[in-house]
Order: sequence, then structure tokens, then C-alpha cells
Amino acid sequence: MSSSRERLAMSRPKEGAAGQTGSWRVFKPVVDREKCNACGLCAMYCPDGVIDEDLNIDLRFCKGCGICANECPKKAIAMVREEK
Amino acid sequence: MLKCTSACAGCSDSLALRYVLKAAGPDTVMVVPACCTSVIQGIYPNTAFNVPVYNIAFGAAAACASGMSNAFRAEGKKTNVIVYAGDGGTLDIGIQAMSGAFERGTDFLYICYDNEAYGNTGMQRSGGTPMGAKTTTTPTGKTDAKKDIDAIVAAHDPPYMATACAAYPQDIFKKVQKALTFRGPTFLHILAPCPPGWRYPTEKTVEMGKLAVKSGMWVLYEREYGKVTIGPQSKVAMKKPIPLEDYLSPQGRFKGIDPKIVEILKQRITKNFQRLAAEEEASA
Repeated sequence: MSSSRERLAMSRPKEGAAGQTGSWRVFKPVVDREKCNACGLCAMYCPDGVIDEDLNIDLRFCKGCGICANECPKKAIAMVREEK
Repeated sequence: MLKCTSACAGCSDSLALRYVLKAAGPDTVMVVPACCTSVIQGIYPNTAFNVPVYNIAFGAAAACASGMSNAFRAEGKKTNVIVYAGDGGTLDIGIQAMSGAFERGTDFLYICYDNEAYGNTGMQRSGGTPMGAKTTTTPTGKTDAKKDIDAIVAAHDPPYMATACAAYPQDIFKKVQKALTFRGPTFLHILAPCPPGWRYPTEKTVEMGKLAVKSGMWVLYEREYGKVTIGPQSKVAMKKPIPLEDYLSPQGRFKGIDPKIVEILKQRITKNFQRLAAEEEASA
């Protein structure tokens, strides 16, 4: 990249571009592995893509919207109030 | 799309965007006019998008994409040019640039994600707001009907256009992949339920999108060289729609809606279904 390009006001890709959005959360998703049948619908519907292929939730960035808990066909995800 | 955007919790725009970018692949550039998407990229000097994004003035997105597309094709590159605009940037402010680009036959994909108001600035009424919905500028409910942008785009006779809903992400993925195989202008209209704007709890985003399709307020269809195909979800809704009240009552924006307006909305749904079914029949 040339030096003239460097001077442009250009953002670069970075994970966590808006900071640790996990701090916005009021309710935390807790997965009950006994009930979970690993269908992957939670990962499909997560707006922020914080649920990976092994269905682990990245709590640094999860905003606690609760779509995963609402869409889970087995009701294996519970939304638990965050403790201060 | 990387983890952590500054979108609201439960945002269906970022949900749709994940699948759009997944379908488009790395050889893509995005043009984004002023809308929620220009905000959810994150804070300078970082961005949550891992493709180049050009943020541009409200009315100029399609014009800018025209130039970009022509430049890429002149260089012999096949880079996908995607405009990702909100309903304000498509139905109201961006319509002349969009119409011009479609008329010129620019090789690009225009995506309008429709949250049915100017969400970014605090839910002001737009041309996409349905009749009866309360916004900050229509506190007693909108008195005019939603503009049928799909019919306007169809009048330009593009090779491919489709409607989608953020509650069916796989459908979005397929339609974006399909749209990018066409040479020439293509259009995708995505319904994007907005928790703070439509005033419902954040966990209901996907549910709300599905209710919109099931009640017939939103119809999924594709138009390929004039041939209309109605999506399977909407076929079911045509045969047996759920009551419209099931879709309206969970949303705060339709609180205390006049029963007369509900009647008008129902009539419009039936008329819309009949029109599309007739078009499908005629083009088959």
C-alpha cells in the first residue's frame, strides 16, 4: 500500500470493531447441553455470528438479544439475568 | 463480516448482512449510503466488514456503484458490486439514482433492506412504512399505503429481482448467489424487522419476520426475465394465511390501530396475492 493511501481516512477490518459489546447484555444465554441436539438453528439465527460451529457462545460479544433462546426447538437455552 | 458490529441487540439487518456477504464471497465491494449499515460497521479506525466498503451520500449509492462496476468491467475484473441500502435510501431519496442505474443496465446487485422507516435517525416515516404504523413523525399512525417498490423495479425489466425476509437466512443466501450470476442490474428486497423501531422485544426478531410472511404482509417471490415464481413459504400463506392481528398485535407501532385500517390492510393483502398469482399464471 502506498503512503498516499495511508493518509486516507480508511478503516481496517478488525474483530470487535465496536468494542466489547458483551457489556450491553442484560440477560445471558445459558445452554443446557443435556437438552441440546446440536441442530445449529441458534448459530444460524444469531445476528452477530457469535455462536461457533461447536455451538459455543462468545460472551465477549454476545449482546443478549435472546433470539437463540426464542428459536431453539428444544428450549435448551435459558436467558439468565446478568449479575453485577 | 466479523464478530461484533455496533448494531442494536436483535438486529435483523446484521443477520441478513452476514448471509449476503457469505454468499457474495471475498471478491466483492459494497456501496453503502447513509443508513443503519453505515453505523454498524463500527468505530474508526476499525471496521467489522472484511470487504471494501464505500460510504456515500444518501442519494448517490446507485450512481457510485454504476461507476465502480463500469471501471471493474473495463479492467476485465468480475468483482461483485453490491449496493446495500435501507428503505429510505431506496424508496425515497435514492430512487432516481437507482432508476438511472437500472435503466443503464449496470452490472450490479442492489439490495434494499426494509425496516419500514428511517431507523438510524430514530424511526421517522418513510415511503416504506405500512399504513397504520406509528412512527415518531406519524404519532397517530400513517395514513398512506406502503410504496410498492418491487413493482417500480419490475417496470425497469431487470433480468432478476426477488424479495426475501431476514427470518429466512438460507433463502437470502440462495437468492444473493443466484442474483450475482446474472449480468446486468439485479434487485433484492429484504424485509428486516427492527426491535426498537417496531417496538417488540429483541428476541422476537425472527418470529416477527416469519409472522409477516405467514400473514401475507410480506410476499416472497422471484422474477426472472419476467417469469414470476412465488416462494413456498408464501404459497402456504396464500392458501391458509394466519390472522393479520397475530402479526400486528405484538408490535408497539400498531398499538391502538383503527379497525378500518386493518380492514384496508387485509384487502390489500388479498389483492396483492391475487395480482401475483395471476402474474405467475400468466408467465408460466
